[in-house]
Amino acid sequence: MLNYTIRRLMFTIPVLLFISFIIFLLLDLAPNDPTGNLPMTIPPEVREKIRESLGLGQPIHVRYFKWCVQFFVNEPLNIIDQMFGTCTWGCEDRLRVQSWATRSPVVDLIVERMPQTLWVVGMSYVVGILIAIPIGVISAYRQYSWFDQAGTFVSMVGFSVPTFFTGVLMIVIFSVMIPTDSWFWFPSIYDTTHKVTDLASFGFQIRQMAMPVFVLALYNAAQISRFMRASMLDNLNQDYVRTARAKGMRERVVLLVHVLRNSLIPVVTVIALGVPQVFGGAIITEQVFKVNGLGQLLIIGIQGADIPLVQTLTFIFAVLIVLFNLIADILYGILDPRIRYD
Amino acid sequence: MPDGAQPVLDVRDLNTVFQTRGGEVHAVNHVSFDLKKGELLGVVGESGSGKSVTMMSLIGLLPSPPAEVRRGEVLFDGRDLLKMDADSLRDIRGARIGFVFQDPMTSLNPVFTVGFQLREPLMRHMGMNKRQANARAVELLELVGIPDAKQRLKDYPHQFSGGMRQRVMIAIALACDPEVLIADEPTTALDVTIQAQILELVKELRHKLGMAIVWITHDLGVIAGIADRVMVMYGGQVVEQAPVRELFKNPQHPYTAALLETIPHVRGDRAERLKVIEGQPPILGAIPTACPFRHRCPVAFDRCKQENPARMPVGDGHDAACFYDLAKGEPRDA
Ligand SMILES: Nc1ncnc2c1ncn2[C@@H]1O[C@H](COP(=O)(O)OP(=O)(O)O)[C@@H](O)[C@H]1O
Ligand SMILES: [Mg+2]
Repeated sequence: MLNYTIRRLMFTIPVLLFISFIIFLLLDLAPNDPTGNLPMTIPPEVREKIRESLGLGQPIHVRYFKWCVQFFVNEPLNIIDQMFGTCTWGCEDRLRVQSWATRSPVVDLIVERMPQTLWVVGMSYVVGILIAIPIGVISAYRQYSWFDQAGTFVSMVGFSVPTFFTGVLMIVIFSVMIPTDSWFWFPSIYDTTHKVTDLASFGFQIRQMAMPVFVLALYNAAQISRFMRASMLDNLNQDYVRTARAKGMRERVVLLVHVLRNSLIPVVTVIALGVPQVFGGAIITEQVFKVNGLGQLLIIGIQGADIPLVQTLTFIFAVLIVLFNLIADILYGILDPRIRYD
Repeated sequence: MPDGAQPVLDVRDLNTVFQTRGGEVHAVNHVSFDLKKGELLGVVGESGSGKSVTMMSLIGLLPSPPAEVRRGEVLFDGRDLLKMDADSLRDIRGARIGFVFQDPMTSLNPVFTVGFQLREPLMRHMGMNKRQANARAVELLELVGIPDAKQRLKDYPHQFSGGMRQRVMIAIALACDPEVLIADEPTTALDVTIQAQILELVKELRHKLGMAIVWITHDLGVIAGIADRVMVMYGGQVVEQAPVRELFKNPQHPYTAALLETIPHVRGDRAERLKVIEGQPPILGAIPTACPFRHRCPVAFDRCKQENPARMPVGDGHDAACFYDLAKGEPRDA
């Protein structure tokens, strides 16, 4: 297993380099102008100067090479320096990946946005999973019962109604129609500057997270619970379930030990494969609730033709996707003793 | 087996129905039989004749819905298993009545070690802790002839061959020293040589442990070597029942006679062509009011279409459900 992991990790290096190059090429092809958002009064010569100062005059392979050095060498060194307070080689004038729009290092922007995304989107993923697994288990065990029917209906809704609709609907109901002083009122705008210092501010934090988390959790739970249910149904018909019953095991043990353990194998891999989406941020939901997370950062970057920002964010998502694919494979190997990787 | 021995299991007038989209399927009708202490009862019949459903009905292993045990009594140790609540039945299942199923490849849980699956009934029924259960599990694996037992407890089912897995299944079924072992076509999925080894093992264990066994098979050849008594099933009912020698020598039901014909014989240096029984076994939408075998029966006559024959005594410990006397070559009187 360790060998396998190392082999796979080695293999990801060329894959990721290739991906980063493709992203770079694609973004370069896009008809973007980083000076496009500047006031019309700025004359074309000045615009040209600005472009040159951003390094746009150089040929593409040089620019790609520079980005690689900045991202793969300088940024990690910078992180090490910050963590240990050291000053490794060239720390004074080290070139980092700079955002064109804000002129600050892209990685700093990402680090700044990360907590909101992780809290809101990550929490919704966790909540979604925690809801989905019991629902899937019970729906399968009581197939076609009213519980199963209700679960099917709710997940159809969660599946098919887009988050920008449920999100806006929630805002209309809980922020607009309900009076502000009611307990059932929830803020529609996520306040990033809010600091949790005591119980009351913690309560407010929960409140402002509630709606976006609910909207996303509904969507996640809809998918995962269907998957869990299907997996449970597959296993409930297996011969080993009959064997467990023939041994006189209690239904709880049959269901929650024998069947669940088998059913979780594909579900866990699907959950692992879904994690990059959490980091990717729920672009639309973040827009709806004004959560300034990574998804929103990406949108701003695209609108402002902030190529380094978009390039870096996209590449980080790519890394996460490749990484969690590997993690899913490894988890599969751990959970299923029949799988051997070597 | 000595005559008049106490029955450990006494099944009376068992009826099991499946609710399907196409209506009811009466899979088991009026099945009565008993199993004496230490006896090995062979149950034969084509597939679809209701052997498995009968045995699973006894002990509440059929999923309900779609299955429903509609009528009958199953007396075990003086109590009716069909009237028992689910919890008491669970205490008997796996403890006093053990099961071995047909397909050893799928009957064990793939993600738990063999040790775990063996310990489960021991800890559940015998109140053992993990260490005691482990010690007993080693004994059991040795008992069923698995070498290197202690090591193998840590292995997963896929690390065993088919024959070895069936030995594990037998070890699980025997874990709590049951009075009855029900083996549902335990060798059907195995190679002939492995099949012979498993049969040897069961013969040996039977003498060592002395439990009563119900051995289901569709192969009369297997039954001949091990059974004391044979029950033949067709169309969800018992059509003939006799001590094994008697049944082979003197079959009284045309279906049994036809089954015996299908056993391949080797005469001289030329193997006979395999005989088959023409036609299909019935799927029963209702309790049959005529003999279910009549369409395939060479000696069927008018009465067979009007009445479903009940089992009637035809010899010493021998009964058959047929209006026709095969020996005399004419309908029975009355
Ligand atoms: N789950 C089920 N749903 C409907 N009918 C069933 C089901 N299981 C078994 N049956 C019916 O019961 C009959 C007997 O099946 P079974 O006892 O498995 O036969 P066998 O003698 O081969 O063990 C079958 O022919 C089928 O019609
Ligand atoms: Mg069967």
